[in-house]
Amino acid sequence: MKKFIFIFLLLTVFQSTQSQEKQQKIDTLEVHHLLEEVIIIGKKRKEVDNKRYIKPLSTLDQFLEESSKITMIKRGNYAWEPTINNMLSDRISVTIDGMQIFGACTDKMDPITSYVDVSNLEKVAIFSGQHGNENGQTIGGAIDLKLDKSNFTNFESELITGFDLGYESNAHTQIIGTEVNYSNKKFFLNTDIINRKADNYFDGNNNEVLFSQYNKYNFSAISGYKISSKEKIGATFIYDKATDVGYPALPMDVSLAKAIIGSLSYEYLNSSSFINSLEAKAYANSITHVMDDTKRPNVPIHMDMPGWSDTYGFYIKAKAKKNKHSFLANFNGYYNKSLAEMTMYPANSKEMLMFMLTWPDVRTFYSGIYLEDNITINKNTSAQVSTRLGFQNNRITSNFGLGSLQIFYPNLKASKNRFLPSVSAQIIHKNKLFTYTTSIGYGERAPSVSEGYGNFLYNSFDNFDYIGNPNLKNEKSLEFNTKIEYQNKKFSFSIENTLFSISNYIIGKINTNYSPMVIGASGVKIYSSLNSVLQYNTSLSTLYKFNYSFSTKASISYNYGKEINGDNLPLIAPLSYKINLNYKKNLFTSKLEIIGAGTQKNYSILYGEDKTKNYTVLNFDAGYKFYIKNNLLIVKSGIENMFNTYYSTYADWNNIPRMGRNIFVNLSYILK
Amino acid sequence: MLCILFNYKKMKTLKYILPLLTILFISSCVNNDNDIELDETTNLNFIKTLSNSNHEVQIFSTKKYLEQGYNNIYLRIKDVETNTFIKTASLTWKPVMHMMNKMHSCPKSTIKRAEGKQTLYNGYIIFQMAENTTEKWDLTIDYTIDNVDYTVKDFISVPQAAKKNVTVFMDTNNTKYVLALINPQEPKVGLNDFKIGLYKMETMMSFPMVENYMIKHDPRMPSMGNHTSPNNTDLTFDSGSKMYEGKLSLTMTGYWKLNLMLYNNANQLIKGEKVTDTNTSSSLFLELEF
Repeated sequence: MKKFIFIFLLLTVFQSTQSQEKQQKIDTLEVHHLLEEVIIIGKKRKEVDNKRYIKPLSTLDQFLEESSKITMIKRGNYAWEPTINNMLSDRISVTIDGMQIFGACTDKMDPITSYVDVSNLEKVAIFSGQHGNENGQTIGGAIDLKLDKSNFTNFESELITGFDLGYESNAHTQIIGTEVNYSNKKFFLNTDIINRKADNYFDGNNNEVLFSQYNKYNFSAISGYKISSKEKIGATFIYDKATDVGYPALPMDVSLAKAIIGSLSYEYLNSSSFINSLEAKAYANSITHVMDDTKRPNVPIHMDMPGWSDTYGFYIKAKAKKNKHSFLANFNGYYNKSLAEMTMYPANSKEMLMFMLTWPDVRTFYSGIYLEDNITINKNTSAQVSTRLGFQNNRITSNFGLGSLQIFYPNLKASKNRFLPSVSAQIIHKNKLFTYTTSIGYGERAPSVSEGYGNFLYNSFDNFDYIGNPNLKNEKSLEFNTKIEYQNKKFSFSIENTLFSISNYIIGKINTNYSPMVIGASGVKIYSSLNSVLQYNTSLSTLYKFNYSFSTKASISYNYGKEINGDNLPLIAPLSYKINLNYKKNLFTSKLEIIGAGTQKNYSILYGEDKTKNYTVLNFDAGYKFYIKNNLLIVKSGIENMFNTYYSTYADWNNIPRMGRNIFVNLSYILK
Repeated sequence: MLCILFNYKKMKTLKYILPLLTILFISSCVNNDNDIELDETTNLNFIKTLSNSNHEVQIFSTKKYLEQGYNNIYLRIKDVETNTFIKTASLTWKPVMHMMNKMHSCPKSTIKRAEGKQTLYNGYIIFQMAENTTEKWDLTIDYTIDNVDYTVKDFISVPQAAKKNVTVFMDTNNTKYVLALINPQEPKVGLNDFKIGLYKMETMMSFPMVENYMIKHDPRMPSMGNHTSPNNTDLTFDSGSKMYEGKLSLTMTGYWKLNLMLYNNANQLIKGEKVTDTNTSSSLFLELEF
């Protein structure tokens, strides 16, 4: 018997190495070495593979939080702001299928990720550092939200409809959605509509977190038409509208956040020609964001703060292959208009309204080209080089806005040009079960609209008013990355180190000559540059499969961010960890998860941080798929924060507490 | 192909020539007439005519009407007989307030030929107080044409300004001053040219300019937590304009209180207090609302 087991083990090991090598071969052909991580959300109703994630109907924000590279800054229960490598919106590039889109809120209450829903998406591609510069200039990395495009079917025609229902106990969150997907050999149309509505949530001390409610509607339609066997055209449309969104960490809420996103595309695929793929897309999107303080008690002065951001753009992307080289070229451009106003209503109603522009109608024109070459050096080694060269022009079109900035910069001209280069190179070497990756990158970015042109933007985190600085130099980043991965059939691990050396690091510096505008603010900060900043993070993750049913995954990460000979940077994660225990049997899946972080000791007082205590929370979920004739019913239920722990993380704006115990049920019914 | 190009070019030139011709035609029609057609007051507001048997003295202002504070005034003399405007007059004026128990004048400039104009004369008057039902301003204008003296005199209407644009105060030696906002008349969000006129009340009728003092200022929005604006520069005496000039930055529209501190030529504070957390306003101030 023992012998038998031994032989069996040997066989499995042999087999696993065999399959491993096969896998590796496939991997080396893959173009996406630079890809840090892909979060699969679900190919529309083809394979609802939700075992990896807690709940299929979780918000996009919760999906993103699963990524080891991303943390979400929370100002409430809605519209969390993703960070990559501890870098916020201004330092990362977030695109929807390669489309540039910019939030319309001066206070970052509407990250791009808040204008789509998981129901629109197939997957999320996450890139670290300069590896994310395909779609635009970046320092920290990139998130590309890939829209769900089901393909043409081989059948005459196919109609799949689905219904989603979700309920979560803590905030009485109700999720209701439906989708209809039609496809035939030449045409497909996917539509979905979803509504998410939540009341205030309760923290671990069972206290209601006031102003944490939200209500969101999202509709999307994605279609494609095959012109010939090699060519197809596509159109996408997303309408997203959130109303009555509370931001407990901020002094204001949002009465309306609306996005209209559309694109038209053309695609050419021919695997036998030199240029094997060509894609061209034209797009437009429009965002309206209206802040609202009418429901808040005791506001010192009532303010209206609407903002608008419209973007028009295109890209042309070509892939080519020759011998050991795979090329990718992406030529893109966009034009953005960002305008934000503030109207204050004096207590004495006879006085005239106080009006100012917080974003002075800034037009950004960007155009750039990205080139990438993947070189297969030999069976085990491949390399990749890429570059993006961009040109950016910013122009203040409002004379009113130009005048207000000339208070600070009397000689300010309306227009400013910038040249933005970036390069990266990477080598991947596989040796048996090990994979070694090392890369180096350099990139520059222009200041964001707020950093360059913001006018008295109140930041409730450090309680300062911020003034933009149009004369800021480009922020420059030099980065190094190493990764060692090991994988066998039962066990795998990876260690990754990323180092950023950033010069002209853009951040607010106190200017005591200026007095704040917002009542109660501590002072004014002007966006300035720190000479030299070091950011470093390291992570270790392991996976062990006990058997077919049981597996465990653990990861731990450490982050560092500091000005050289200076202060800590804000919003740098402390030591954090995550441990999963997964069980699956046939159509049943279950997961027990422990998430936690150590005490945040390296906080930044200067930027409004204080010490954040350590915490550990426990989540549990279970799911089952039922087949009812041809139809499919997916049930998933679980408990988050099982022990109702009261906690707040370093990423919680103004230390607002996280949600306490939450029981959820998600139901998806799919008719084929 | 060449032919088409040529035609196209011709079309293009025609496009420019036609409007030019039209303008020439119209302007020649206008210029043909005599002086009575010469109207240099197009951007000004007509206020009132003061007349005697020989002349009509027409009063214009950059504002819609005369009001308390600084008034930039243009004058024009029309010969009633010939219906032409006088180009060679020299003028002086004297505004007088008739109060219940006394009379007084106010700060004013001399009257000069308006720059680049033939028929217009320009000066300013700073009415430090407004009229009321029983107390009124009158204006006497004495002028000389070809060595002959004439005079006109009439009541003028000077209503109260919406916001405090002029202030009268006394220093510790009981000297009375008049301080008036000259600029900005049309404030904008941004950096404004700030101009103040300062006059000493020597007698009831004499208000000479005060030179070489200094005015510090601190604009505040009382409705916005007494928010102050950045990068203001203090007002110093400009010997060219004979006024105090500095920069006033306004970060937003609305009501602004311009808190002032007046220093004499020995750099001694003679009026006004510093605005602090406890002292929200200076006793010497002007107001703006836009």
